[in-house]
Parts: sequence; C-alpha cells; structure tokens
Amino acid sequence: MQTKEFKIKWGMVIDIDKCTGCGACMVACQVENNIAPMTKKDPYNYVQSLTKDRDDASNKLKTLTWMNVYELSNGKAFPDHEVAYLPRPCMQCGNPACVPVCPVVATDKNEEGGIVSQIYPRCIGCRYCMAACPYHARYFNWWDPLWPEGMDKGLSPSVSVRPRGVVEKCNFCHGRFMKAKEEARINGEDPDNLPEGAYVPACVDICPTKAITFGDLNNPEHEVHKLAHGDNSFRLLEKLGLAPQVYYMSKREWVRKQGDNYIAGDDAHGTQGH
Amino acid sequence: MDSKLFPEGVQRCSFGQFMIWTLAVLAVFGWGLYAAVLVLYNGIGTTGLDNYFGFGLWITFDLAVIALGAGAFFTGLLKYILKIKQLEKIINLTVIVGFICYSGAMMVLCLDIGQPARSWFGYWHPNVHSMLTEVIFCITCYCTVLIIEFVPLVLEQKQLNKIPFIHALAHNMHINMALFAGIGAFLSTFHQGSLGGMYGVLIGRPYAFREGFFIWPWTFFLFVLSAVGSGPVFTVLVCTLMEKITGKKLVEFKVKALMGKIAGTMLCVYMFFKILDTWAWAEGYLPSVGLTFDQMFYGVAYGKWMFFTELVLCGLVPAIMLVVPAIRNRPGLLYTAAILDCVGVTINRYVFTVQTIAFPAMPFDKWYVYYPNWVEWASCAMIVAYGVLVISLSYRYLPVFPQETKLNYQTGE
Repeated sequence: MQTKEFKIKWGMVIDIDKCTGCGACMVACQVENNIAPMTKKDPYNYVQSLTKDRDDASNKLKTLTWMNVYELSNGKAFPDHEVAYLPRPCMQCGNPACVPVCPVVATDKNEEGGIVSQIYPRCIGCRYCMAACPYHARYFNWWDPLWPEGMDKGLSPSVSVRPRGVVEKCNFCHGRFMKAKEEARINGEDPDNLPEGAYVPACVDICPTKAITFGDLNNPEHEVHKLAHGDNSFRLLEKLGLAPQVYYMSKREWVRKQGDNYIAGDDAHGTQGH
Repeated sequence: MDSKLFPEGVQRCSFGQFMIWTLAVLAVFGWGLYAAVLVLYNGIGTTGLDNYFGFGLWITFDLAVIALGAGAFFTGLLKYILKIKQLEKIINLTVIVGFICYSGAMMVLCLDIGQPARSWFGYWHPNVHSMLTEVIFCITCYCTVLIIEFVPLVLEQKQLNKIPFIHALAHNMHINMALFAGIGAFLSTFHQGSLGGMYGVLIGRPYAFREGFFIWPWTFFLFVLSAVGSGPVFTVLVCTLMEKITGKKLVEFKVKALMGKIAGTMLCVYMFFKILDTWAWAEGYLPSVGLTFDQMFYGVAYGKWMFFTELVLCGLVPAIMLVVPAIRNRPGLLYTAAILDCVGVTINRYVFTVQTIAFPAMPFDKWYVYYPNWVEWASCAMIVAYGVLVISLSYRYLPVFPQETKLNYQTGE
C-alpha cells in the first residue's frame, strides 16, 4: 500500500473515554461549514409537490453531517453494559480510497498538510468516492441547499456553499487553515510552521471535554504526535491499509478492538506505521 | 398503409395493430419520462438512494444491460475478425441490441450523476488512475461505434436505399465494418473490464476488493469473461421473444445453438476463474483483514442463497447445459440455460454494486437494506420501453433478418 507522505501531516487524536456524545462537534461543524439545515418544504420549487417532499433531518441517511458521532456498545447486559461515543470526521487517509477512484480529480491529496481536498465545482456527482469510503465520511448533496429566512445571514463568508448534486466532506475546516496561514504571514512568521493551536478545526475548538486534540502528527513538539504514539491509540480499520490521519484512544480494550477491526492474537495495531 | 417501407418480400402486421403496440410501449416510456423529468428538476433526492447507498438500482441496471449488450462486440469480433460466417444471420440484431443497451445505459447515467451538465469533465479533467475515467472514455466511444455500426442498417431501408448516394454509402460502410468491429471489440473489452475494475480497486470494501494483475484487479477480467459468457445468449433470447411475438421464424435454430455454444464456452472459462477467485478471496484476502466468509452475508437481501444461486444455479448449471451439445441443441433447454445465464450475470452485478456497499466495514456500523423507489424503477422501465420501441421499428422497417424470407415464405409456397 502506498501512503502519501507530507512534511506536515495535520491529524487528530480523539479520546473516546473523554467524549460524552454531546454532539457539540457536529453542530459546530454544521455552522462553520455552511451546511444547510434539512427542510421538508422548498417554497421555490413547485414541481416538488408532484413527487415526495424533501427529506428533513429525521432521515439520517440523507442528512449532511461531515462530523458524525457513533454510539459503541460492549454488547453486554446490564449491569456490565457500557457505551462509548466515537466522533467521526473525514479520516484524511494517507492512502485514501476515495482519491484514486474519482474520474475527474475533484478530490485529491496534494497539499502540504495531507488534507484530502474536495473541489465542488468539478465534482460530477457520480458518488464513486462514497462507494469507496468505508467510513461513510462522504456526503451527497441530495437537495438544493436552503436556509430558512434570516438564517442565511449567519453564513460564513470563508466557506463556499455547495450546490445540489455534488459530494462534500470534512476538510478539517480548511478555511481556518487558510486563515491561520494568512495571520502567520501578516505577523512575519512562517506559514508552513504553524505553532500548535494556531490552526484548529471548529469541532476541536468547541469540544467541551477537550476530547479532540489537533496538530501536526509529524511534529514531536505537538501533543497529537505524542498521543498518536500512545499505548492506547488506534485507528479505524487499520487492517484495510487506508492509513487515516485521525487516531482514537481509549483505555477500554473492547473499544480498541471494535475500532481496530481487531483479530484476537494478531498484532493489528501499528502495522501500517505511524 | 406503410407497406412500401417494409423490407423486400416480408409481411408485417397491419399499421393499426402496430400503432396499438407502439402506444402501449409509449405509455410505459411516458411513465419513465415523467420520473426522469422529476429527477432532473428536483434532483436525485427524489430516489431511494442515500448516503449509505450512493449506488443502487440504476448502477445495477447499467452494469447488467452493458454485460448483456456484450453480444454486439463479441459477435462482431467473431463475425468480422475471425470470419465465422454463420453469425451474419444474427449480427444485425446483436448490433441493435448492443446499441440499445449502451445508449440506454448512457441515458440512465445522465439521470444518475448529480451534475449531468458536467459529464464531459471526464474528458476535460481525467484522472488517469480512476477506472471510472476509463469507463467514461470507452462507453462514449463505443456508443459512437455502435451508432456507426447501426447506420448502414438504417441506410439499407428499402426506400432510402433507392437513393444512389445512400446506397453507395451503406455499401462502403459495410466494407469497412471490420475496422469498427475491431475498434468496438477493443473499446468494449476495456469498458467491461474497467466496470469490474471499478469494484476491485475499492480497498475499503472487503466484499469487492481483489488483488491485482498489473494495474488491474481480477474483477477486471472476470467482468469481461462474464459479459461475453452471457451477451450472445441474451441476443438469442431477444430473437426468440421476437419470434414468439411476431409468430415468424427469424433465425434458424442452428445459429442460435452456435451462439449458445460460444457463450457456453466463455461461461465455462469464466466459472473456472470465478470459482478460483472466490476461493482466494474467502481463504486468502478476507482472513488477512480479520474478516470471515460468513460475515459477508446478511439476511435475505444479502444472503448466501444469492451467492449460491449466482455461482451454481445460474453459473455452473447453464455453463454445463450450453457446452453439452445434446442439451444445447434442444430449444427449450437452450432457452432455459440462456435465461439462467443472464440472471446469473445480473445477480453478479447486483451484489457487486449493492452488497459491496451494504457490508458494514466499520465494526460498530450495521447492515442496511436498500429498496429502490418508483422513480428508479420507472426510469429503468423507460429504458426497456425505449429498447422495445427501437427493436419494433427496426424489425418493421429495416432488413434485420436476412433469413426471414427463406424461413417463412419460401418453404410454404
């Protein structure tokens, strides 16, 4: 498996033991990235009445949620039952399944920092990348984005609004990355050597329990570097060889087993290298 | 009323009867067209697809009709390049069926992609690493080749052919048809292959992922083989259905049996490699990623029954039936084998499309079952109706079957 390497590799370490499943990260992501709320009625589309209504947020398989929180269970009965929550942004894989399949290079991993990009005006909406991604991190824009009156005033000017018919996904709040680099340039600092904390995605910013740590996985001075190499860290579906840049950590063995697609007696962890 | 337009020396039903038939087909077409307009106007949120099942009935339908349409390129290859003369009695029909399958698939794709106006981006911003890019190139080029192969048949229409220029043009196009048959075979082989490759390269999808031979996963070759192992008998089935509806003999049984023999031989080769591939996947690849064969199946929709139906009932059984002359030469059994064969390849395309993405790769995820809604069914029905319409018009007005006069009218006189 070929893993694309970069000098800087932005990554996350999510401490599952700290995550309470509150969903603040999901909300922050929606607001930061101008993700339209799902509305049943479209007042501008009269043809809609000929077919079914648009999906509202109750249809979880058609909502746009770049950050999704999964509930994990150890499968045991009370009183031994335990749950854990696993926030899932785009994994920004080192060996992404989505990039080589895109017929029009709408998605790519070519920028210093190792973030998988998505060019919305180039996407033809074939959804092959969605079929390829086992993490379900890619979302299709099923309906024209629509903001209830007044809500459109809260749109972020630094993130483009996507039209219907394209695939979208988490990009580690790329707008914030651009802004951090810009500020570094203004202050006469090196934009390619951002200090820890200069650039953090919205979900990291808002997490009330500080479960998510963000930084350069290649930089030993960054907290994520240390955490990613910790004994309790693991990556989702490590064995498939996609080399995600999002790490998880948990002291609970059953959690690590679930995330790692673990086989008993087999040293799955770390086989892809950090 | 329109008898002057009929091919030389044949009889056709009355114009009124033909109109009733055509209107019935148009009614189905109109239903699908209505769905298609809704999809284009409101977006594909209208369908039963969702973020879990980005691919569904449409892609299954596309893959299946393209496999079944493989009779065109493979028969063309055998007829024009390998000079199997017998096949000229059915070659026109294979070209028409191929043309319908490919153009129909392209119509479905126009609905299926979220941004149909950008479909040309595949040429403008191609990703040379993507199997889908290869598909886009080959499907559009091959559709063009099929149009070129279809045109001389249209030009041979009795009244049109009276115009000297058109007569000469049709004649000259026929002379060069071997070239197009060659180009078509090349394009279609790659296209069928890359459709298989599309699934084989999905490293995150253990149901479909396969190790490779150079840049191609095994599925590339399996898709080519399964298509040539079923396309020829699909043409036989279309021909037989036309005979049942029109009440005429259109192609002598010997030719149909030959098509069965060709498909059967290819199906045997395919089954040999498919079984090896399945074994290597279940015993080699799956354990290497911590999965078992049993985990790949779920409930009724994705059950093992389908796996065995595809490989045994609709794979090994028709393969044996088609290669054994005693079975193949009996019409009822030939058609049964042909139907099983076509069902098998359709199941194969279904499981590679739907089961592949239904499998919960993340251990804490769960299986979802996908149901297409009426919009998807209607648009597929539209393509079938379109095919029926093209075949009906071609049969009525074009000299599709060179044997028709001899088989129906001369013996009785």
